[in-house]
Amino acid sequence: MFWRKFEERLFNFLIRLATIIIIGCLFVIVLTIVVKGLPAMSWDMISKSPSGGFYLGKEGGVLNAIVGSLYLGIGASLFALLLSIPVVVYMNVYAPTHSKFAQYIRISLDILYGIPSIVYGAFGFLIMIYLGLKVSLLAGIVTVGLLVLPIMARTMDEVIRTIPKELTEASLSLGATKWETAMKVLLRQAFPGILTAILLGFGRAIGDAASVIFTTGFTDNVPESILQPAATLPLAIFFQLGSPIQEVVNRAYASALILTIMILVISISSRLLSRRFNKNIIK
Amino acid sequence: MQTSINEPMEKTGNASQHATLIQPLNGQSLNGVKTHISVRNLNISYGNSQILKNVSIDIPDKKITAIIGPSGCGKTTLLKTFNRLIESSDGIKIEGEVLVDGENIYGKNVEVTNMRKKMGLLSQRPMPLPMSIYDNIAYGMRIHGIRKKSILNERVTYYLKQASLWNEVKDRLHQPATKLSIGQQQRLCLARGLAVEPEIILGDEPTSALDPISSQRIEEKFVELKDQYTIVMVTHILRQARRIADYIVFMYLGEIVEHGPAHELLENPREEMTKEYVKGVIS
Amino acid sequence: MVLPLRILLDKVAGKSVLCLSVLIGSLLFLIVGGLYFKSLPILESHSFWDLISKSIWKPGKEQFGFLPYILSTVYITIISLTIAVPLCILCSVYLSEYASKRVKSFVTSLVDILAGIPSVIFGIWGIIMIVPFISDTLAPAFGQEDTTGYSILAGGLVLAIMVFPIVIHIMLEVLRTVPVELREASLSLGANKWETIKKVVLRKAAPGIIAAIVLGFSRAFGETLAVLMVVGNTALIPHSIFDAGYPLPALIANNYGEMMSIPLYDSALMFASFLLLVVILIFNVAARFFMMRVERRMS
Ligand SMILES: Nc1ncnc2c1ncn2[C@@H]1O[C@H](COP(=O)(O)OP(=O)(O)OP(=O)(O)O)[C@@H](O)[C@H]1O
Ligand SMILES: [Mg+2]
Repeated sequence: MFWRKFEERLFNFLIRLATIIIIGCLFVIVLTIVVKGLPAMSWDMISKSPSGGFYLGKEGGVLNAIVGSLYLGIGASLFALLLSIPVVVYMNVYAPTHSKFAQYIRISLDILYGIPSIVYGAFGFLIMIYLGLKVSLLAGIVTVGLLVLPIMARTMDEVIRTIPKELTEASLSLGATKWETAMKVLLRQAFPGILTAILLGFGRAIGDAASVIFTTGFTDNVPESILQPAATLPLAIFFQLGSPIQEVVNRAYASALILTIMILVISISSRLLSRRFNKNIIK
Repeated sequence: MQTSINEPMEKTGNASQHATLIQPLNGQSLNGVKTHISVRNLNISYGNSQILKNVSIDIPDKKITAIIGPSGCGKTTLLKTFNRLIESSDGIKIEGEVLVDGENIYGKNVEVTNMRKKMGLLSQRPMPLPMSIYDNIAYGMRIHGIRKKSILNERVTYYLKQASLWNEVKDRLHQPATKLSIGQQQRLCLARGLAVEPEIILGDEPTSALDPISSQRIEEKFVELKDQYTIVMVTHILRQARRIADYIVFMYLGEIVEHGPAHELLENPREEMTKEYVKGVIS
Repeated sequence: MVLPLRILLDKVAGKSVLCLSVLIGSLLFLIVGGLYFKSLPILESHSFWDLISKSIWKPGKEQFGFLPYILSTVYITIISLTIAVPLCILCSVYLSEYASKRVKSFVTSLVDILAGIPSVIFGIWGIIMIVPFISDTLAPAFGQEDTTGYSILAGGLVLAIMVFPIVIHIMLEVLRTVPVELREASLSLGANKWETIKKVVLRKAAPGIIAAIVLGFSRAFGETLAVLMVVGNTALIPHSIFDAGYPLPALIANNYGEMMSIPLYDSALMFASFLLLVVILIFNVAARFFMMRVERRMS
């Protein structure tokens, strides 16, 4: 009898402790980055590209990497969006319900989601060799685009799948074609979900490093064309961190702070936005 | 193919030109009433379960036909074969013919969107499209090529009045349709369906989600509209069928047990099964 | 009859989305096939068994022994799961069975945010906090004075945190499918809440929990940058958790620069990617199998 009570008490305590540890990790990580990053933060960091002696601790900032990451993130999300909308439309509108092929695509997207980014990097490298592309923003966009495609497509798919079938039928019964129904009704109804999906993909694209090593390269300049290599924030952080000079390491912390803030802004705004765009939506 | 654009008021005459006189089946007389939809030896199965078994039925022109029967007997399925919404299901087998105005809608050269345009659909749960009240009504007209603002305005007003919704929404036409009450939404869906100038109105338990007052308004609307439209509705409320139907089809386990003029079928059912259902033994 | 433009558009659109879907549907095969094709050269000159069982790595002399890398990867993954799995189970039990709606939605949003944090941030945090903690506190406590802290334990710890979100997410889904009636039945027999969870809920959800763990595993198995930053990267088989290791993804990431200059080196790295991919595919299929069993049992 005593043991029964004790066990229940113990686990009541443990489950709360585990939850606190997990939440605590998030706070500790963010806090560490803020505390370490703030002192090295300066306007130069976000407004200048590295100048000659940057890696020796002299003038400059990581503008090249910020812009590079933004280009890469935007390009990759657009590329993934262009691929995922048709796939999602196919799976939910053109494919018959319970279609085996659509089901296969869902599963294969789920599996693709689990493939590590370094493997995408290697695959992107193969594509580059095959197409004769050099290390460039374009190669990065294609690779990272494929990397975020599964997240984007499946997030949208899950949202569209919750739309009642009757809504599609309502539009079809007015004489609309499937395409019109998809574009004017379903995508509109799923808009908040699509927005969330895009931001999710964007955040992942900005933060990914392993697939970029092979494909996007690194440079101290802001890229002027899609065929030039581009710097990205995660790699900038990684390289600065490897420096023996404390100044440069501190800048890595500041760069990490910039990246963290970007990610948090994306992640929080996606939450808020999807709440706001709900007005036309049937529930 | 398109109906005249200028005079939305004149909605008569069109349908009856096409309607053909088809010899009624089973020796049951339709008293010389024209047939609008006629189903011939229709068999529908999903995989190896047969949902409709050799269904043949004539739906009279410009009357209210009620399809009744216990849950799961195939009422919805039958209704959806009328506008081919049934085909969007995978692994479904359709055999037989459905003739609308004498033309087999499952024929090779039938353009399905034009065919669907002839029928408005009211679903069980009202499904406003994710857009404003105005755009809901204009949706179908725009799809079918009406662009001019003045015509759209005029017709939106007209059909909202037709569905007795105008007074309630005239000040907020550009608000999301989802803000309306459920009863108003269903009338909106009716107006939306009427706006593509159909000849037939299909309703799948159109009042089952509504409160008594709203249900009554829909029923009254149906009675009013039957001068101009052929109305087919599924209902599980026997009293509703009694109140408004001219003609009743009773189904059981995928078969049509009995059909005939409403008063005959309800007062003197010929089949034992119908008798029991009407008395409320089966439900 | 001339088809109206909108009908034509619909037909064209239908065909195009189908084509794109076929393309996306074949992406998985393209990746597997491409990497396999590129690892053929090394598979032709070395036997598969040699590659994965030898531990001498001298690309210049065409000696490619992957064993240290494979073992490092496996050890780090095991360490991370040993830490993450109990915590995740406890946390998801709390969230699904005990927490109020508000707490639950608060914690799940935080976990989602955690999921979005890039791996380089975890890596940098590992360097700032975990590595010194191991070298200054933890290792000395176990009598190991001379470690740098860059170790497979550091990699495992960082990975554990990265695995939290994915495992918790799936576990919550799984726990949600356990019917309320089942819990009520157990409670009404006089079991207390914890006993109900232990004997009924967790047991019912077991296949799903295993699936969650497997998916967490595949996340941990392939994670690159965060681990690379804290694990030390020496190509020796680690003998204690305080030793440095060199996991496969780090091997690939660190050597992409030289791989074109040494014969077979590129093929070796592609083989490493292929190996990662295949292991993850196998585990994914296994997880799916378990999930399917859950679903079948629930329906
Ligand atoms: N997509 C489907 N796959 C397999 N069977 C189906 C499918 N849709 C419907 N059915 C089956 O077809 C039969 C008839 O369904 P239907 O919806 O037409 O019944 P109903 O008369 O409208 O019932 P209710 O009064 O409950 O609406 C049911 O037995 C149902 O299980
Ligand atoms: Mg029904």
